[in-house]
Amino acid sequence: MSFTKAILGTASALAITATAALSDPAIIYDLGGKFDKSFNEAASKGADRWAKESGGKYREIELSSEAQREQALRRFAEDGANPVVMTGFAFASTLDTVAPDYPDTKFAIIDMVVDKPNVRSVVFSEHEGSYLVGVAAAMASKTGTVGFIGGMDVPLIRKFACGYVQGVKATNPDAKVIQNMTGTTPTAWNDPVKGAELTKAQIAQKADVVYAAAGGTGVGVLQAAADEGIYSIGVDSNQNYLHPGSVLTSMVKRVDVAVFDAFSQGADLTTGFHVLGLANGGVDYALDEYNAKIFTADIKAAVDAAKADIISGKIKVHDYMSDNNCPIE
Amino acid sequence: MELTETFLQLILTLDMTVRLSVVLILACLAGLFSERAGIVDIGLEGKMLIAAFFSAVAAYHSGNAWIGVLAGIAASMTFALIHGIASIAYRGNQLISGVALNFLASGLTVVIGNAWYKEGGRTPPLAGEARFSEITLPFADLIRDLPVIGPLYADVISGQKAIVYLAFLVVPLTWWVLFRTRFGLRLRAVGENPASVDTAGISVNRQRYAAVLIAGVLCGIAGAYLATSQAASFGREMTAGRGYIALAALIFAKWRPFYALMACLLFGLLEAISNLYPNIDVFGIFSIPVQFTQALPYILTVVILAGFIGKAIPPKASGEPYIKER
Repeated sequence: MSFTKAILGTASALAITATAALSDPAIIYDLGGKFDKSFNEAASKGADRWAKESGGKYREIELSSEAQREQALRRFAEDGANPVVMTGFAFASTLDTVAPDYPDTKFAIIDMVVDKPNVRSVVFSEHEGSYLVGVAAAMASKTGTVGFIGGMDVPLIRKFACGYVQGVKATNPDAKVIQNMTGTTPTAWNDPVKGAELTKAQIAQKADVVYAAAGGTGVGVLQAAADEGIYSIGVDSNQNYLHPGSVLTSMVKRVDVAVFDAFSQGADLTTGFHVLGLANGGVDYALDEYNAKIFTADIKAAVDAAKADIISGKIKVHDYMSDNNCPIE
Repeated sequence: MELTETFLQLILTLDMTVRLSVVLILACLAGLFSERAGIVDIGLEGKMLIAAFFSAVAAYHSGNAWIGVLAGIAASMTFALIHGIASIAYRGNQLISGVALNFLASGLTVVIGNAWYKEGGRTPPLAGEARFSEITLPFADLIRDLPVIGPLYADVISGQKAIVYLAFLVVPLTWWVLFRTRFGLRLRAVGENPASVDTAGISVNRQRYAAVLIAGVLCGIAGAYLATSQAASFGREMTAGRGYIALAALIFAKWRPFYALMACLLFGLLEAISNLYPNIDVFGIFSIPVQFTQALPYILTVVILAGFIGKAIPPKASGEPYIKER
């Protein structure tokens, strides 16, 4: 036993001395995959921007199974990567156990709070951004019924849903919001076929604007909405370009900014709790040449008014994760 | 008013059931051919996945959905052949060979896809002719207004995509081939008692290869349906366990074609219900959570396997490589 320990100890010591010199930052993408056109892709854009502007190099890995989570994290920390950024709430429990083992390494986790001295927790006010696209959805809907399709059924996604519903109801109190979650396992982030079917189900129930907060599954949602000639709302990355004239807008979450900032600060990463909201540009709605025609001036005026009111504190958007409850359905 | 509303909901549910069952039906019949000939096929998932990938690729580059289907069939048959060689010629363990194919498909599609399109295994979106469009059967609009029959014909039977009709035609065809032709008799015999077939002077191995390749064709069509009809591109792991559900349906159907159709429709119906009505309220007393509806296919299969509703007896020689006596 002690012999093995000694061997392992030497091996890891060797590993550290061998690579201590390089302290490239590293990023771990969650199960949705780096190219999900959404959350993880936004993160990778941030990393790429950092690499381009600083001329530095970074290391990355895409998780392909739940079992790799801790392994990947320890691997990067042991190889001397600093800081190690991970995208996704699912890393929380793993990071909670791993972070204390590497006190000299800085970690940054996006979308979750891990209270450890060497961890930066970046969370976004998705409920505020979702409120804005909810306003837009209610304005654009002709039937008075709008839809929401979430990925995995977790509090974070319910936070999106709750903000969205509040935005819709504030604009049109009689509006109906149909909500679906794709599933309860991580595969729910990557099932475009199911996403398309759920969209068709919602369309059949008269929804004419559907908001997808479902990672890679959202690709199917947007596709089905375009096929059936209704509006959809993208998430995380700006997805307006995917189906011009059908994607009404996107709730952009500047994950790229979070990653860029973390990479830029390097080993001197300031730790603690960071909130990126409407006020500091962490979340927003997207307006560009692809949706300019359908995102009318009326909608823009209403959304901008709501945005100003949220920033000034006149509108308080309830955060689902503060009490795991949504005041309105 | 209330009644028409309920009826419309029913039509909607049936329409979605048909769409969702197609993959299951094709995969289930593929498994049926294979297992009836004594080759256990756990690789349905992998064959569909590789077919979905190559059909999306071919449809994208050719701009024609049917070419996509052919490419899917070719890819799936290649995998079927590997399974055949491993488990027939080399008498390997059929379960392991099937699982290996599943892993191979899962990895290969992402690696190749990423190398070609640099989008993490996703293929470029298909548009226009590269996808199947809905076929409106004759008179659909004419009789839509008739009560009951009208909407049923216009919305459920008409307005589906080509492969949907194909899948429903394959069911009676399978029955006919298996139970009304000499080929089918031999195929079933090979799965029950290969020694007797051998004694009659018929090559067991040739029969088994034929069965495995037919399974390849059907899985190919199923995969192509996923990528070119239901979705508009290939996505990583897009089969999402449908191959395993098809296997469950096969057991549920006790290896018979029309029962397989019913089992797949039932599983499709359950999925449609969970999509349309996430939480079913029972008289306001309690609500059935969506997880229960989603788990029901598996629960039903376990119930069948446990022998509560009849008994599921697989073909006798299923899973056993045939060794010729010398």
